[in-house]
Amino acid sequence: MGLVERLPEGGVITTRLDTVLNWARVSSLWYMLFGLACCAIELMATGAARYDFDRFGMMFRASPRQSDLMIVAGTVTYKMGKRIKRLYDQMAEPKYVIAMGSCATCGGPFYDSYAVVKGVDEIIPVDVYIPGCPPRPEALLQGCLKLHEKIRKESVADKKEVAEKC
Amino acid sequence: MLTSDRIAELVRAQYPNAVIETGESGGMPALRVKADEIVGICALIKESLEMNMDYLMSQTAVDRPEEFEVVYHLYSVSAKHYAVLKVSVDKSTPSLPSVYSVWKAADWQECEIYDMFGIVFEGHPDLRRILTDDDFEGFPLRKDYGIVSECEEKSEQE
Repeated sequence: MGLVERLPEGGVITTRLDTVLNWARVSSLWYMLFGLACCAIELMATGAARYDFDRFGMMFRASPRQSDLMIVAGTVTYKMGKRIKRLYDQMAEPKYVIAMGSCATCGGPFYDSYAVVKGVDEIIPVDVYIPGCPPRPEALLQGCLKLHEKIRKESVADKKEVAEKC
Repeated sequence: MLTSDRIAELVRAQYPNAVIETGESGGMPALRVKADEIVGICALIKESLEMNMDYLMSQTAVDRPEEFEVVYHLYSVSAKHYAVLKVSVDKSTPSLPSVYSVWKAADWQECEIYDMFGIVFEGHPDLRRILTDDDFEGFPLRKDYGIVSECEEKSEQE
């Protein structure tokens, strides 16, 4: 990024399109208001004043159509799996998924249950996995910063892999 | 204090052969009654001024070796007393009349019992699976459901 010239109405900056797009995406990563189990309590704590997701331009949206990020916070049952898939499909590209906690990552303590999906990645593609049961807000913030790093490396020329499984 | 013998006496006045056994369950007076009279008995227990059991606290089932047992936990909000009703259900044809017409609270409870044990409630307005997925196979709280633990298998192999 380089400043070319100072003009009376404002300056001119030359940069790459990818840099601008990724900067915009990273700086307003809105997540879906959506929680499944106890991890959602930590998610709420992270969104509230003490940990403050807003510092990163992250705020929740109550609609998948306005969301960029799905934080799968909690145990995914087979019944809920279909609904999660539908919500994910309703989100507009570019869209990202964080699997928060052991349950969303691999089934966690309910691995042997007849009703629990062994990881949300069986249903939708996951960008970042956060371990913990539940992960502390710091861990969730770390996961989001990892996702920011990932988004900064993207290019519009890349084809996003879309998993079609469920 | 309402005793199980008193409840049995009141029930026997209308259904002479319906009460099989009286006793106590969890500190509450308990009655084992015949399955085919369950709706009438429940209506009687609810409507009777002395018993007045207007609140179905919980309805659940137990998988016994010989039979299924459906358990009704009842409470009277006005008189502040409890009662327990127990009904045996045949394992080969698990079916029981619904008490939805007596307590609306039985709606989801009976759906859950159907979901977990496969007991069919006749006369229920909308009996379907409530917790597991719609295309789920089997009834997971039955003893013969047979969950195989992958974790235990792995640790045994090691």
